[in-house]
Amino acid sequence: MENKDIILEVKNLKQHFDLGKRGIIKAVDDISFKIYRGETFGLVGESGSGKSTTGRSIIRLYNPTDGEVVFENRKISGHIDKDTEKMLRTKMQMIFQDPMASLNPRKKVMDIIAQGLDIHKLYQSDEEREEKVYQMLEIVGLSREHAHRYPHEFSGGQRQRIGIARALIVEPTFVIADEAISALDVSIQAQVVNLLKKIQKERGLTFIFIAHDLSMVKYISDRIGVMHLGRIVELGSADDIYGNPIHPYTKSLLSAIPHPNPMYERHRKRKHYDKTGIDYDNAEFAEVQKGHYVLGAKTDIEKWI
Amino acid sequence: MEKIIEVKNLHVSFKTHNGTVKAIRGVDFDLYKGETLAIVGESGSGKSVTTKVLMGILAKNGIIDEGEVLYNGKDLTKLSKKEMVAIRGKEIAMIFQDPMTSLNPTMTIGYQISESLIEHQDLDKKTARLKAIELIELVGIIEPEKRYRQYPHQLSGGMRQRIVIAIALACNPKILIADEPTTALDVTIQAQILELIKELQIKIGLSIIFITHDLGVVANVADRIAVMYAGKIVEYGDSAEVFYEPKHPYTWGLLASVPDMDDQDNELYSIHGAPPNLLYPPKGDAFSARSEYALNIDLEEQPPFFKISDTHYAATWLLHEDAPKIEMPQSLLKRIEEMKKGALNHGK
Repeated sequence: MENKDIILEVKNLKQHFDLGKRGIIKAVDDISFKIYRGETFGLVGESGSGKSTTGRSIIRLYNPTDGEVVFENRKISGHIDKDTEKMLRTKMQMIFQDPMASLNPRKKVMDIIAQGLDIHKLYQSDEEREEKVYQMLEIVGLSREHAHRYPHEFSGGQRQRIGIARALIVEPTFVIADEAISALDVSIQAQVVNLLKKIQKERGLTFIFIAHDLSMVKYISDRIGVMHLGRIVELGSADDIYGNPIHPYTKSLLSAIPHPNPMYERHRKRKHYDKTGIDYDNAEFAEVQKGHYVLGAKTDIEKWI
Repeated sequence: MEKIIEVKNLHVSFKTHNGTVKAIRGVDFDLYKGETLAIVGESGSGKSVTTKVLMGILAKNGIIDEGEVLYNGKDLTKLSKKEMVAIRGKEIAMIFQDPMTSLNPTMTIGYQISESLIEHQDLDKKTARLKAIELIELVGIIEPEKRYRQYPHQLSGGMRQRIVIAIALACNPKILIADEPTTALDVTIQAQILELIKELQIKIGLSIIFITHDLGVVANVADRIAVMYAGKIVEYGDSAEVFYEPKHPYTWGLLASVPDMDDQDNELYSIHGAPPNLLYPPKGDAFSARSEYALNIDLEEQPPFFKISDTHYAATWLLHEDAPKIEMPQSLLKRIEEMKKGALNHGK
């Protein structure tokens, strides 16, 4: 792992929101991780765990309270120069959960997908612009005719394909998918996941895949970070997290997933997570096995293993 | 077992600007006393419309073209508005996906629960209050008196869904229809709500229709399963029959498209294409256009139900005696074998 090429590094990132009288929300509280080129990094956790905030802070939708994000060896958090900003706006893209809410209903698919090209002037002629959109439609499994329709004429799965096409047309190397398939039906989810995997392979993309559906995250991710209350409590390969979870929160989360297997369900025992005595502030992010990290006090981690 | 609801040959359509959408195209099923029947299907398959007919809350442009819904010897589709009001809530109650939309944000939790007690059970205010607090306690919320005075926004998502369940149970219904009640919740909260529903079912002897697209949840709650596709039930049977011996190619596709926790190297199975537009329902088997096992007859004629066991039926021509013998895909077969083995190991 160590010699692999790091594309993104998050260092002690903090994202706090000041609610005035009602105090401060520490949505993300001092997290660090690295993402290697070409991998899919899954971020899982329950609502309020900070997984979406992490994605949004990375892509500069928020201004981090503290810490640093480094992308392609350049600092991209806080104040950055025009040149870095420009690089970032094409190289890093985001796919959102609700395809309908993220597509302008009054624009044709052609113009929605081409928006990135327009903003960054990535074509010489109108023909080239059109051709690029047509190609992209085919890559995501739609056809040229679709370019001249409006978003409402599409099904949920097709809309999500449009969202993917729009993100990919500026040829990013890094894509943040925030609950990108959660709103879709099971069989359509499978189509979109296969599509993302195929495009990733062909273009060598790096993904952050943020989701609460743990079985899908396991399927798509190489490595996974488990978030709880703004912290990454455990990080490791997909097999580490699912096959050998160590942090009691991870164990509790995994034990809550219902499996599509009636006999298994009859015997499944849920583990409750009791945070009493576990202090995230006085804990270290310890490497318990190569590449497998757990947040905890030394004595606790020994107990958990 | 005693049948509490019988749905017979139900046909429902919706008048829209573009024409008539045939949303339900001949649905039959029974609900037995004390059981949980899960209806599984994708958006647009007609699962929610079916339950709306049961509740008498079909949208204004919806028309019941044919069929009946028998409850206690009465056909619910023929009842007047007034007669239906007496049944809705009191005999058949429903909970929805998003608890916030079923709760009134401007009224206290207590008011919303006691309202239905006063309305349906003729209780006076004081008794209604006591009963409401009892119900809040029943759905597993601590400090019920405090919660009684609070507003929905002061509660977490899981607690709100508990309150919605409390309201649904206020009038001691016989039947509970749960339409994706845990879809919007986190897995740990989902697990709690599912446990609560199962516990209450035993305590008060509810019969439950559970609508969901999450096959994990289905495996957890269902005694029997009905799989819907394009306005029809395509397969139904006991939970184990549908999960371990599925016969309809659509059920195969559905089961295979859920990622396997132990396998991430192979491409995820996906059903190609999309469901048919029910403005123009196909003449034959609605799934044939997406099925790699389609036969010629699928284009011509809709398949009837073929019997697999006393409890298990599937509507696919593949089960006809003259059809070529086709087994479910190898990968799914292998996975089902492993699922059974895994479950046994897990149980010890």
